[in-house]
This record gives sequence, C-alpha cells and structure tokens, in this order.
Amino acid sequence: MSRTHITCTVNGEDTDFLANPGTSLLDALRDELGLTGAKEGCGTGDCGACSVLMDGKVTCACLVFAPEAQGRNLLTVEGLSSGAGISGDHLHPLQQTFLEGAALQCGVCTPGFLVAAKALLDHNPDPTESEIRYALAGNLCRCTGYDKIIRSVQEAAVQLRSAK
Amino acid sequence: MEYAAPTTVDEARTLLADNPGSRVFAGATDVVPQMRSGRPEPSVLIDLKLIDRLMSVTHDNGHWTIGAAMPTSELTSNGEFTSVFPGISEGAGWIGSDQIQNRSSLGGNLCNGSPAADSVPAMIASEARAVIAGTDGERTIPVADVVTGPGQLSLADGEFVVEFEIDDPPANTGDAYIRMTPRTEMDIAIVGAAVRVTMNGDTCTDARVVLGAVAPTAVRVPDAEAALIGSSLDEAALAEVTAAASAAANPINDKRGTIEYRVQVAGVLAKRAAVLAAERARA
Repeated sequence: MSRTHITCTVNGEDTDFLANPGTSLLDALRDELGLTGAKEGCGTGDCGACSVLMDGKVTCACLVFAPEAQGRNLLTVEGLSSGAGISGDHLHPLQQTFLEGAALQCGVCTPGFLVAAKALLDHNPDPTESEIRYALAGNLCRCTGYDKIIRSVQEAAVQLRSAK
Repeated sequence: MEYAAPTTVDEARTLLADNPGSRVFAGATDVVPQMRSGRPEPSVLIDLKLIDRLMSVTHDNGHWTIGAAMPTSELTSNGEFTSVFPGISEGAGWIGSDQIQNRSSLGGNLCNGSPAADSVPAMIASEARAVIAGTDGERTIPVADVVTGPGQLSLADGEFVVEFEIDDPPANTGDAYIRMTPRTEMDIAIVGAAVRVTMNGDTCTDARVVLGAVAPTAVRVPDAEAALIGSSLDEAALAEVTAAASAAANPINDKRGTIEYRVQVAGVLAKRAAVLAAERARA
C-alpha cells in the first residue's frame, strides 16, 4: 500500500503530509502533524471530540479519510488562538470563557466543543440558548452537565460582538 | 485499500467497474462506523464529492435535481428548496449533528438502506426519482424502488445513485415529516411519518402517506391516502388515517421501541403529519 502525499492548509499554514488512504484525518492530524488537540472519543461520529473545521464547516475528523483533506482549509483547536483576529498568544474568547466559566473538567471533549462553538458563532454571532444547544448537540461531555459550556459560549458571543 | 476521487460520473463508473470490491461513498458517516465494526474494507474507496453533478442542486423545467452526495446542510440551507419541500428538508435535517449534516447526503442516507433513514419517507411522498449510473449508462427509477430491505438495494454491481429528481408540486401542496425518537436529538427514529397533501379549499384532492422505521423498508399507506383524499381532514378522516397507519406498521421489537409502541405511534405521527402538511398546503 502506497502512502498518499496530501497538501492542505492547517491553521493558516500550508502543510503537507503522507498518509495511508484509509487513515482518518484525525489520525493524520495527531500522528503525522502532531496536532493532538482533536481527540478520538468514539471513532464513529457520535461524540464530536474530533471536531475540526473543513473549509469552515464543522466536521468529525474521524469520519474523514486523510486524502479528502487534499486542497482543503482545515482549522483545529490549535488554530483558535491565532485565528480569532487577536494578535499574539491570546486565547480565543471561547477558550478564555471556557476557562473562566469552568466549562471543562477532564477536558477530553473541550477541543471539540470549542471548534463546534466557533463554527456556530462564525455564522451566528448572537445565538439563542436553544440554537447553542442544537449546534453543540453533536458534542458529548460526560463531566460538566453542559450548562457551564452553554453559559461560556453565551459569554464569548457577547465578547465577540462587543469587539466588533 | 486505495482512495480515488473521480471528477466525472464516467470516471467513477469506470473505477467501480474495474475494481471488484470497490465502494462509492459521500460523507462516510455510515461507511466509517461500518468499517470500524468489522465489515470488510473496500478495495477502493471511491469519493463522489469531487463530481460537480453529485454536489449541486438545480431547479429548472419544472423539476428539481439534487446531487446524491451533496451535504444535507447545503440542502436544508437552500431557502427556495426548503420552502417548496419543508417535509424533505425536515427529514434531511434530522440526520445527526451539525458535524454529520456537513457530511451526510440524500444518496448516502438512501443507499445505506436503513429502514429508519429520515430523508427517505418524504422523498417517496414527493415521488422523487433516483438517477442511477451503471456500466450501461444511466437509468431513472422511483426512490421507492431503490431499497428492497434493511441494507439491501435493487442496484446492480457497478451502479450508484447520481442525483435525485423531484417534480415541482402542484399548487396548494404541502409536505411534512415527523419522527419519534427516545431522545429529542442525535437518535434513530423508531417511527417516521411523511405526508404530502394537495388541497382545494378545505378538500384534500391528493395525498401520499409514507412510514419509516416500522417495516423492512419505508412503506406507503394507500388506505391512509384514500381516507385523506376527498376529506377535509375532519376527525373521522384523521381517525381512519391513524388506524390505517397503525395497521400498515410491521415493526421490529428492540431496545429503542417495542412493537406495540411503534404501531401506536405510527398512527399518531401519520395523523399529525397530515394535519401539518395540510396547514402548509393552505398557507
């Protein structure tokens, strides 16, 4: 089996890597590119811990075959802090509000929640609580009970709107 | 296992014919879990998402053409489509989370062959057709004739669904899809009901009633359609719809729903979907 050469943009940088055709994008990100933010929870698209943006659309990286990334623009949780239009090493407002709101305990689901929440706020800067809950319905958290996550997304939305 | 990304239907057709054990896929939301649960890997994974024809929706000459691999999120965000076919949009929109919606497709939902496929009943209610490419060219069959049983399709080796065609509905027509799941979201339907009605004032002049998840395939319920046609969706007619839908349900018993429950809910949902479709038809 020959490894495929894949060229894409990851977190704003032109990137290339080699992967077996059946390798998931999640495994390629973690094992070939060292981006271990996205996690494997279920491997079947149920838990959302591996959420990444592909051309701006939130997707489970475990359901994407690595060669599908050819030519695509990917954003992982590692790209949030530099991709929010805030200079330097500042955390994205979502990351900051998750920290301040204690929206995580074990943290395994957190990268997926952050990426899915960013996808929501990118196209809906003022979501209702119900819209947030629907947008995050593909992300499972077994620690927090979700409420602090929802509050943190609401607070980040307020901050992002006032920053505009 | 190899990966191929053809850019034309002809190229995909050739790849499929030349590689025994190969398989086409769109969003892989069913393919990956199946592979991970031990199903044999295909020899070649043929990605259909780089073929323009499979990724676009068009409306002209009185009918809609929907690419079989187009993400359902693109279909449900198409305002014109959702206003004409709210029921099909509801069905397509129930397929999983946003993460899944950006990958799942009408073609994949149909060809996975699940009796509980959410987008299928409303497609059948609008008499959607599937355009199928194979080694001998293309043929068009009713969506209702694609799935023959759980995971079983009428497609021959080397065939795949390219797109769906749906005619513009007549004036004063509305459709609706309602499903029942043990959870409110992220779950598989234990009953789905799609209804499409055409109204003339208060009188129903045409009706289609289709149930999902209560038989080996999605099923039409002719007795419920007959009860609706000519009625004003009065209580007596709706009682007949309820009884006919329950009678047509032949579900399995599993951890998500018992036979008794599914049979009863099939009747209730068919009635509610009929009322909602009629409201939309009058609007």
